Amino acid sequence: MTKSIVIKGGTIVNRSSEQALDLKIENGLVEQIGKNLKGEVYLDASGCVVSSGFVDLHAHLREPGKEEAETIETGSRAGALGGYTALVAMPNTDPPQDSVAVIDFVREQGKRAALVEVVPSGCITLGRQGESLAPMAELAAAGVSLFTDDGSGVQDASLMRRALEYARGLGVTLAQHCEVAELTKGAVMNECQCCTNLGLPGWPAIAEELMVFRDIELVRITGATMHFLHLSTKRSVELVRAAKRDGLPITAEVTPHHLSLTEELLTSYDPVFKVNPPLRSMHDIAALKAGLIDGTIDAIATDHAPHPRRDKEMSLDMAPPGMLGLETALGVVLAEGACEVRDVVALMSWNPAKIARVDDRHGLDLVAGAVANICVFDPEIKWKVDPERMASKSINTPYIGRSLKGRVRHTIFNGATTVVDGQAQR
Amino acid sequence: MKHLLAIDELGLDGLNALLNLTDHMVEINQRPVPKVPALRGRTVASLFFEDSTRTRLSFETAAKRLSADTMTFNVSTSSVNKGESLRDTVATITDMGVDAFVVRHKSVGIPWQISEWTKASIINAGDGAHQHPTQALVDCYTIREATHAKSFSGMHMVIVGDIKHSRVARSNIQAFSMLGAAVTLVAPPTLLPPDVSHWPVSVSHNLDDVLPQTDVLYMLRLQSERMAQGHVPTLREYSEQYGLTQKRVMNLQAQAIVMHPGPMNRGVEMQIDPSDVKNSLIHRQVANGVAVRMAVLFDLLGSGSNLAGQA
Repeated sequence: MTKSIVIKGGTIVNRSSEQALDLKIENGLVEQIGKNLKGEVYLDASGCVVSSGFVDLHAHLREPGKEEAETIETGSRAGALGGYTALVAMPNTDPPQDSVAVIDFVREQGKRAALVEVVPSGCITLGRQGESLAPMAELAAAGVSLFTDDGSGVQDASLMRRALEYARGLGVTLAQHCEVAELTKGAVMNECQCCTNLGLPGWPAIAEELMVFRDIELVRITGATMHFLHLSTKRSVELVRAAKRDGLPITAEVTPHHLSLTEELLTSYDPVFKVNPPLRSMHDIAALKAGLIDGTIDAIATDHAPHPRRDKEMSLDMAPPGMLGLETALGVVLAEGACEVRDVVALMSWNPAKIARVDDRHGLDLVAGAVANICVFDPEIKWKVDPERMASKSINTPYIGRSLKGRVRHTIFNGATTVVDGQAQR
Repeated sequence: MKHLLAIDELGLDGLNALLNLTDHMVEINQRPVPKVPALRGRTVASLFFEDSTRTRLSFETAAKRLSADTMTFNVSTSSVNKGESLRDTVATITDMGVDAFVVRHKSVGIPWQISEWTKASIINAGDGAHQHPTQALVDCYTIREATHAKSFSGMHMVIVGDIKHSRVARSNIQAFSMLGAAVTLVAPPTLLPPDVSHWPVSVSHNLDDVLPQTDVLYMLRLQSERMAQGHVPTLREYSEQYGLTQKRVMNLQAQAIVMHPGPMNRGVEMQIDPSDVKNSLIHRQVANGVAVRMAVLFDLLGSGSNLAGQA
């Protein structure tokens, strides 16, 4: 039997309440909420928010295939340190997550690490090649409820239409990486004045927006549910806002880096700032933040994309896109001041739990009987990122030297502590 | 000056200082023995990851005339083809004792990245479509030599062709503007960057309109692969609209200068032999290439050594 845990002195943030009460955990569940609770282990939460654990809709854990960059264990530890209790594992592994064998492997590796729940997503098309559908029914039967070819969008409109129709029959959600590939050949950064100066091929906003528009219209005729990954432009937000007004079953996410970093950073020639979709303008950031506040955007997702040092020591055009996110997401979002603390819990826990369909065990109100997946964070503390101290196997974070605000103090996964006082327990 | 990476990083004073120093180098090159001991004991490594004839040879000649030792890194026979990373390659050559790297690479920003990995000086000999600062220095020096003007104020420079993919254009736009010239870019919209509203230039899509007001006509090379990429329908159509023909030469002002950074595409942007153009400075551009690069190497690596001595 594990020891009972009491979280003392924090503010418990639930959907319809904020209460300065203690919370007791026993046998993997929230046992009691109240004053002066007694237990065997005490976790101090003074000045902290106590909320349901975060759920990341977008983590590249790199296993199987690129264990040099990250493993499911190291990525899970990074997630726990970031306050996460569930991570949706993106399917661009090698081999890709387009078979039950790989899906089961990823889930089992997650269970072995036992630091978060690893929720495998499945490919929409076989091998993420965009040519024929992956065995979605088999994968759905193996527990997959989110399908994506993330890293590239499904280019063929007819195939995407069929994928949505098929998904509707299975009751699963498709998640699109919106990028019309013909418009982004060789692209390194946002198409902007900086990119004109640098002589680099640009990644124009319209390459994202055309596919957002196409897929909204495909949802309209198929009735399937659809999630938009990492939206990055003003017009994308406007398109999704209008589609939601029409009542379409659409959700959308934005990353912490698209809320905080801009295209000018590429003029440092440092590939750590290369990401797909690319960093955009202040103009776009303002629109994304407005989308967070009015509910157009449902979730903040990391697009955690570890790369080994040697891969990021290449030129801007050759280096792979992507940056770390799990350990810095909360600190970046709160430092940006884009929304209230309560909204952050909704965007990082309640809403993504629902989109990933793990809301029977994650993103729950913290009441007696709920599964104890909990994050305790100090929303005011300022800190700086030290890449050498990160749990991720890679160090490609763009936030070195930046001041972040808000840090995870304790994380509890299935009733057991994974992080105590900012230190990973295993 | 530690590195020469881009014209805007050099600044107007740095630009003028190098142009003035080039006068001395031209004088050295006219001596019976065109060689001085100024950089004896210094080593200059050429790191060329892209084909080059004139730039690489003129740097190596410049280094030798200043008595520096030279090292040529040949990509096709190097460990890069065995999977060695660029950073490791640079570290290895640095360990051999190198004072300067002359770098050309197809990727934008490589010279800046290398400058973080070594203590040696870096000279950008062309990075992608971004910068080619020594070419701009050569061009400014050549115009200065021909016009005897130290400021380009009141002059109208017209750059014609594939601006979008041209590092020569990006460096020259900066250099010409810094020296006071008005700059007009002439190209079809597909060969211009999507947004140049923040550049100190005018834009035209009609060469014939611009020719009568041109002081320096700077023709850029059009690479044939631009057709496959859909930037122009055919080379013939491009050539008709933007190529330099005998008829267009006749429409230039009498004193107007014609330049080209080479290598030329005869029959595309150059429909006539440059020797048929009275005021062509194309051969002077090549000749001044050595002197300008001597000035750059001396500025970066010299330590008060006497340029008057004999090697």
